[in-house]
Amino acid sequence: MPVSQKGPAKVWQRRSRNQSLAHWAMWLVGTAIFVYCWQFISEATTWFFVWDAPRIANDIWTRATPPRWEYFAQLGRPIWDTVNIATLGTIISLFLAVPVAFLAARNTTPSAMFIRPIALLIIVATRSINSLIWALLLIAILGPGVFAGVVAIAIRSIGFCAKLLYEAIEEIDESQVEAITATGASRWQVMVYGIVPQIMPAFAGISVFRWDINIRESTVLGLVGAGGIGLQLSSSLNVLAWPQVSLILLVILFAVVISEWVSAKVRGAII
Amino acid sequence: MTTVLNAKLGRRWKKPPLVQRPWLRWVLALGFIVYLIAAIGTIEVNWMRVYEGLDRGAAFVIAFTSPDFTSRYTDIKEGMTESIIMTVASTVVGIAISIPIGLGAARNIAPLPVYMVCRGIIAVSRALQEIIVAILLVAIFGFGPLAGFLTLSFATIGFLSKLLAEDIESMNRVQAEAVKATGASWTQWINYGVQPQVMPRLIGLSIYRLDINFRESAILGLVGAGGIGATLNTAFDRYEYDTAAAILIIIILIVIALEYLSGIIRARVQ
Repeated sequence: MPVSQKGPAKVWQRRSRNQSLAHWAMWLVGTAIFVYCWQFISEATTWFFVWDAPRIANDIWTRATPPRWEYFAQLGRPIWDTVNIATLGTIISLFLAVPVAFLAARNTTPSAMFIRPIALLIIVATRSINSLIWALLLIAILGPGVFAGVVAIAIRSIGFCAKLLYEAIEEIDESQVEAITATGASRWQVMVYGIVPQIMPAFAGISVFRWDINIRESTVLGLVGAGGIGLQLSSSLNVLAWPQVSLILLVILFAVVISEWVSAKVRGAII
Repeated sequence: MTTVLNAKLGRRWKKPPLVQRPWLRWVLALGFIVYLIAAIGTIEVNWMRVYEGLDRGAAFVIAFTSPDFTSRYTDIKEGMTESIIMTVASTVVGIAISIPIGLGAARNIAPLPVYMVCRGIIAVSRALQEIIVAILLVAIFGFGPLAGFLTLSFATIGFLSKLLAEDIESMNRVQAEAVKATGASWTQWINYGVQPQVMPRLIGLSIYRLDINFRESAILGLVGAGGIGATLNTAFDRYEYDTAAAILIIIILIVIALEYLSGIIRARVQ
């Protein structure tokens, strides 16, 4: 127990001398890095605009309120498109994610040496690139529109779903698999009767969770031209129609809250 | 029991269905199919355009085998530095702000009014998309990394405070009580009774958030909030797929490195 001598008495300390020195050095380096980063940001900033910000914010607020409620009539189709992008994208991504997850899980992969690293690479690559970037890329290939949005969401979700699913597969109870194998079941029968029933709750939970995230992401895909309500947002921003922007933001906020509520309810019912 | 068994005798075993009630099963399946038909029916796909685009798709895939790091080297380097700096600074500030908010949002330490305010902040921060916040902040603060930095800090608060608050709510009360019984002040109580219990998870979550912030910083440039996104967007607009592929490869490598690092650190603190 680290103690320090204070006159005749010994006083308890949280850390020994070396520990506190190391601790102190860590804080010093951390602070230095942060100060350097802040200086960089500060140099790249036009501070005049920042000091002016409260006035601008106030200006935007007065322009944006009240929202233009009549505009809501034109938002029906974009909202329908947004929901479709999220739902169809999730369904397609699940079809793609399931095989990837089985190839990536240690206990089901056909070859841990060659196929597992490829599956893991697919998971990391699709996960680390944002859906907006996928959308940018797919618009160049498929042309602007809802279809590019669906494919972007589908690709982006593969990594997320496959990662959570393969972790669930790795955590299954092996004795059930063994019991099915002992009946003389083939490889596919083991899969269907031994593994799938065990991961079904996880699978349903993951799909609903990802659908919720995808609703959020599909609301902004339109900013780069991939359909949905973001398209309306970007055109309203371009003509500085702030009352329309505030209405669209309210609709997006509402959609996000609803989808989160639905996903929490469904997951609560499953688990 | 025996009557149930007798009724089943001589019949083939069937897998139990996922949804028990038959009518609900049929309604769900039918509704799903109707929705799918309606949804697919409203998507207009210009197959000619897709067919023409396939060449470009192939060119992009080929570009991944020969990424071009050199011809736009300075742009890539500047964008990447800006992204990384925004990520680090916003994560630090985000953590610093989300610790008090996380403490306030834990029902077992905070009084009800503080709890409501902190939960409100978390709800707002989580409901707003990063990119939408970035658009608003760019309009207010002007172009540049400051808007991106503020966006990411704001997003970090919602994520980290919520998870930290949940962790504090599920902590072991006995330890905190013991520290309180020694006559510790409020700060001592938090420092010695609560903090050691939640520290490992807080460190793990912070590194995870660093990873998320880096990935998000890559798109903030699309709306002018600084970072590599602007360079990437320009590369796509000019059909310079080899440069775009180089940027994407760098992003993927950094994400892999961060994930590896977070694995090591989490294994050490737990």
